Amino acid sequence: MSLFILVALPFLGALLPGLMNSAGRSACAGVTFTVSLTAFIGLLTNLPSVLAGEVVTARVDWMPVLGLNFTLMLDGLGFFFALLILGIGLLIIAYGRNYLSREDNMGQFFTYLLLFQGAMVGIVLSDNVLLLLIFWELTSLSSFLLIGYWKHLPEGRQGARMALTVTGMGGLAMIGGMLILGQIVGSYDLSVILQNRELIQADPLYLPALILILLGCFTKSAQFPFHFWLPHAMAAPTPVSAYLHSATMVKAGIFLMARMWPVLSGTPEWFVIVTTAGLVTMCIGAVIALFKHDLKALLAFSTVSHLGLITMLLGTGTAFGAMAAMFHILNHATFKAALFMSAGIIDHEAHTRDIRRLGGLRTLMPVTFVIATLAALSMAGIPLLNGFLSKEMMLEEANHTVLFNVPWLVPVLATVGSVFSAAYCFRLIGHTFFGPVRDDYPAKPHDPPAGLWMPPAILVVLVVVIGVAPFLAEPFVKLVTASVLGGEAEVPKAYFKIWHGLVPALYMSIIATVGGLILLMVFKPALRIWDGAPRPEAKVIFEAIVEAAATLAQKLILPLHNGAFSRYAAIGSVAIIGAGFHAWSTGQVGPATRTAQAADPVAIAGWGMLVAATVGLVFLHRNRLLSLILIGIVGLMVSIGFVFFSAPDLAMTQFTVEVVTIILLLLALNFLPKTTPVESSVLRRVRDVAVAVAGGVATFGIAYHFLLRDAVTTPISEFHLANSYKGGGGTNVVNVILVDFRGFDTYGEIIVLGIAALLIYALTQSLLGGPVRARLLNRKPDQPRAGDMHPMMMVVLTRVIMPVVMMVGFYIFLRGHNEPGGGFIAGLIVSIGVVMQYMASGFNWASARLHYPYHGVIGAGVLVAGLTGIGSWFVNKPFLTSDFTYVRIPPFEKFELATAALFDVGVFLAVVGAVMLSLESFSRLARRAHEPETEHPMDIDPSRDVEDAKGAV
Amino acid sequence: MTHWLIAPVVLPAMLAPFIVLAARYHIGIQRAFSVAGVVALIVISAALAWNASDGTVEIYQLGDWAAPFGIILVGDSLSTLMVLLTAVLALCVLLYAIGSEWDDRGTHFHALFQFQLMGIMGAFLTGDLFNLFVFFEVLLIASYGLMIHAGGTARLRAGVQYVLFNLIGSTLFLFALGSIYAETGTLNMADLAARVALIDPAETVGIRVASVLLLLVFAIKAAVVPLHFWLPSSYAEAPAPVAALFAIMTKVGGYAIIRVYTLIFPPDVEVTSGLHDLWLLPAALASLAIGMIGVLAAKRLDRLVAFAVIGSMAMVMVSIALFTPTGIAAALYYIVHSTLAAAALFLIADLVRTGRGNVELTAQAPMAGAALTAALFFIGAIAMAGLPPLSGFIGKLLVLDAAFDTDMMVWVWIIVLCSSLISILGFARAGSVLFWKAHSVTHSEDDLVMPRPTTLSYVAVGALIGLLTLHTVFAGQVHGYTTRIAATLFEPTAYSNAVLNTPGKLSKPKKEEEH
Repeated sequence: MSLFILVALPFLGALLPGLMNSAGRSACAGVTFTVSLTAFIGLLTNLPSVLAGEVVTARVDWMPVLGLNFTLMLDGLGFFFALLILGIGLLIIAYGRNYLSREDNMGQFFTYLLLFQGAMVGIVLSDNVLLLLIFWELTSLSSFLLIGYWKHLPEGRQGARMALTVTGMGGLAMIGGMLILGQIVGSYDLSVILQNRELIQADPLYLPALILILLGCFTKSAQFPFHFWLPHAMAAPTPVSAYLHSATMVKAGIFLMARMWPVLSGTPEWFVIVTTAGLVTMCIGAVIALFKHDLKALLAFSTVSHLGLITMLLGTGTAFGAMAAMFHILNHATFKAALFMSAGIIDHEAHTRDIRRLGGLRTLMPVTFVIATLAALSMAGIPLLNGFLSKEMMLEEANHTVLFNVPWLVPVLATVGSVFSAAYCFRLIGHTFFGPVRDDYPAKPHDPPAGLWMPPAILVVLVVVIGVAPFLAEPFVKLVTASVLGGEAEVPKAYFKIWHGLVPALYMSIIATVGGLILLMVFKPALRIWDGAPRPEAKVIFEAIVEAAATLAQKLILPLHNGAFSRYAAIGSVAIIGAGFHAWSTGQVGPATRTAQAADPVAIAGWGMLVAATVGLVFLHRNRLLSLILIGIVGLMVSIGFVFFSAPDLAMTQFTVEVVTIILLLLALNFLPKTTPVESSVLRRVRDVAVAVAGGVATFGIAYHFLLRDAVTTPISEFHLANSYKGGGGTNVVNVILVDFRGFDTYGEIIVLGIAALLIYALTQSLLGGPVRARLLNRKPDQPRAGDMHPMMMVVLTRVIMPVVMMVGFYIFLRGHNEPGGGFIAGLIVSIGVVMQYMASGFNWASARLHYPYHGVIGAGVLVAGLTGIGSWFVNKPFLTSDFTYVRIPPFEKFELATAALFDVGVFLAVVGAVMLSLESFSRLARRAHEPETEHPMDIDPSRDVEDAKGAV
Repeated sequence: MTHWLIAPVVLPAMLAPFIVLAARYHIGIQRAFSVAGVVALIVISAALAWNASDGTVEIYQLGDWAAPFGIILVGDSLSTLMVLLTAVLALCVLLYAIGSEWDDRGTHFHALFQFQLMGIMGAFLTGDLFNLFVFFEVLLIASYGLMIHAGGTARLRAGVQYVLFNLIGSTLFLFALGSIYAETGTLNMADLAARVALIDPAETVGIRVASVLLLLVFAIKAAVVPLHFWLPSSYAEAPAPVAALFAIMTKVGGYAIIRVYTLIFPPDVEVTSGLHDLWLLPAALASLAIGMIGVLAAKRLDRLVAFAVIGSMAMVMVSIALFTPTGIAAALYYIVHSTLAAAALFLIADLVRTGRGNVELTAQAPMAGAALTAALFFIGAIAMAGLPPLSGFIGKLLVLDAAFDTDMMVWVWIIVLCSSLISILGFARAGSVLFWKAHSVTHSEDDLVMPRPTTLSYVAVGALIGLLTLHTVFAGQVHGYTTRIAATLFEPTAYSNAVLNTPGKLSKPKKEEEH
């Protein structure tokens, strides 16, 4: 079977259990089993090639530029692990079918399990380290889901997060390591990397890469000091513990160390780091395991210990060590998975896993007893079982290993580890199955149905077969070892046999077994010492670190982002000024190319007023009406400034904009308090003053700089000046720029204006729906009203002016193309004319006489402008291309017709609509605020009846 | 003469006023036109992107005026990619807005949505800096309208901060434009590139200040620390589909930086050296740290996602700040990823809100539609935290790879990897509280039953996840394409030729004789 299908099968199959969930539990487990079985058989079809020493490969380019490709390879090592993953997977699925209860969502469980299986197969078949990383992290993620499978258990949630965090951290470190490795070699393909031992080990980045990769391996394989997550992962359902956390996933780190063995091992750094970590883990794991009362916790720490053992073997860097490691991986997978399943059976039947509440199960659960005892004895290293063989090899290797120049260190520690290892195995057997039968089990224990005991039984058969006839496993283990060594070393000649003669390893084994028995005898006093001794509780520490990190993060982030806008603005401004100053101070100031104009008294007076108004605003801004007036002065002076600089168009625009703005702001101020309260401390105001002054000085600086200097070459405005009449048909360059040269900008800006008005409308609309409405309804004016809201003088005057204003607007509009004016200004002028009617006679009265919905006017304006632009498409010209012609309709003079005028109509309409809609929106607030409204144009009208007038007030 | 290049701007710009004029009281009609318009946008954008994919630089002279005197739109491979991304995102977001009925909770949603699209499209397509300012204004004002859609005190307050901070940005933009025009006398980007080369090395202050101010404007849009303060509360408080659409808005800032600082002020220009190339990368790294720490610190899901957006955008900025072809190529790949992932997460946060009434990260009874929402959250979180197998991981590899040979390599790697870990922690905590811990909360029968999100909502989120998957599966092709784009950006002769050497009105001899 193609390797692609092999990897893809579990992923694709992961869809099935969820789908089949409602078809029943057996159907659900059945499809899962079928998927795994297909993959298993598919793997076996590749066996002949692997046995022949070939490496099966498959390749699809994914990201060739990066070097991340979908490259797979199957050699002895990969085959071995894939066999474990799929083979044990099949047993786990069968076991899981019977283990999960009716309340559990089996579809979800098997979906996660298959995702994990696919990821794991992916790891062992990857021929690309980046691809391997992807599968690597996928196992962390699927493990996260499986540990947290029982969502209601806090241990499950915490264990899942802990596992994800620790292995995720390792994964991230490994990303770094793999990238460095790839950069050294120039390829991320394992097959290439593995050929470059000298290159990698000579590179100065070897050590960082090694440490980063080992971080990944150690976290995944629960090596000290990252071992603590594994026991907490036992909150997962037992099939998961047996599968992920003993047989397969935790061996991923070891797999990777074996995979990288040819290029990374053999250096002093590798030897010291890996051997030490393995040795320490082995001993610590074994000691803790002895004192655990929860069967699964005991097994978890024993797993940690055995992983340490294998790591140590790989760390020695010898071919024999590698072979022993491979053999032990096989043996450990068989006996440990069997033990976990047995623990699950006991939990399932006796409803407890606490060793202190068990005992005497030998007669009650004979089948389980046989299975668990054989597996545990193998783990203890008792002859005729497979654990003995690889443990002997380990002790043999330990005898030849000298760490830190202390020859006895490794052998002694290895023996100590073995003593404790034997002790916890004996305790497991003795305290669970032997002893008197109790009468206080939480449930009556009995042997489970075959579905539960058969899978571990199959494994135990393997334990015994390999243990009795090691030569059966020998060729296979040597094949695997050969692919680990990758030609860097010879496969050792040593034969697998039970009796090696009276070698030191045998004595160490005997010491371990006897020592284990003695330890078990003195278990009670030993436990008292253990319980009395202070020791760090990993979970507490981890949770404390995470909580501390979260608290620290909150302390750092939340106060900084608490919505204090003036601080946001201050920080932003300081950053901007700082960056600008840096740019200024690192540049060269050239000589001025223009001379400053002499200032005449009028200009100075205008400037003086501008400054006075601005300074006044700073001091008087708490009085809102006054500040509005001061802002008005500023606007006015800016308008005059435009006149001074010969820009009448801008001046007119600015002036009309000022008028409209002031009117709208006055309306808005009507609903606000008259003064702004003092809310900030003196210190903060000092800070704001400093920032503002710095900003002002900076702005002055660049403005002054540019005022005295010409552009590097002719500005584009020269072109506009030269071609305004010729190309745009208008002598008013500003208008031609607005509607022709850069009509597209204007198009955008009228849209901005229109949106702003729609927005004001939407805002008031939502305000009126909310709590603001009640406040408006209960609002009491804070100042006495004049009484005459619609004075006759004003009504009469505005009526008279109205046609004049309209005419002026029309005139300004028409002349815009050649003289100062245009649609924008005309729109504002006409708006002012209409607004005056509203002011004079009130909103209701005026709007009753206007029949155009302002939304529509805005829409129409933007549409007209847009359609004018589109019109040029019909003569095959780009959007907004203008044209003009001169026509003569007697008796008038010849006049110009320009398409730009049509565009200007759009501008005009949008402006009128926007201003009026804003006004209407504010007025809606006013009407809510119980402002009296009349149906008459003015409150006091001599021509009306006295009763009428009274009624209106 | 074809007009397709301007269609992404004009189409929404015509649809929006039409909706205001003719259909402002009919949500059904608005929806129909809005969806039809966005679908058309996708088709047009895809065609434009296809057309530009071979390196063709299409230009469109507004009013038939040649650059630099008039405004031009430029459709090169970069701008059309962004336009296509926007259009595709818009459809997903729009479907969600309709499915969740967010569009009917206030007035003018669809009109503002179309105007917003117009602003974004214009910002991507324009080749003129002042026109870019105009489109920034359009998208700012439209986004403000969308942000406060449906009202509410918290939303209005956040909206004020949003618009105020961005008005500071607009003012700064004007300062920058004034400076640039005063220094060079032009606003067209290609022309600017030519004129910056004319600046005397002994008179550099003007252009240096101008280039820095301009970068800061874009940095505000891209939410680079310390100019990011406007983002968290405004994105968190915005209606979910709006926040999802805003996922592209930070990218407008990123796009503008890529465009301007490869075309006008590329790293090899002497007069502006030692500025942004000095401090942009540290600032981006700080943003990355702040964003991901914020993910861990957040007490509400919407804030969490908002901080994730800062972090995700910071990854883009880290990559941009390298100012190398590989860095830009990685950044462009990441931009697509980040946009889709952020949008998906904002919508997922809204699924949570719909299902249980709030987004506080506290244990509450299981929400309506929990299983599907949880699955989507898991996928979205994987994408955002940059875990395999989704494109976030590939993007992260690309960024790390691009940073390999630079001086700041160690810092980039440490901060990128550590912030990934922090975000994993943050997302795991959030997901565990929202979806797992809920099962241990005892809830009474008479609790308020919240509605399950509608199918269309799920379809919209699913579509985004699907796009992320495609972005991963075809990572090789996409990255190959972004690599080609980056190459053209650092070799902009085709761009400059197309912009500056295409004749327009009055530059043709025939036309001149007429007058």
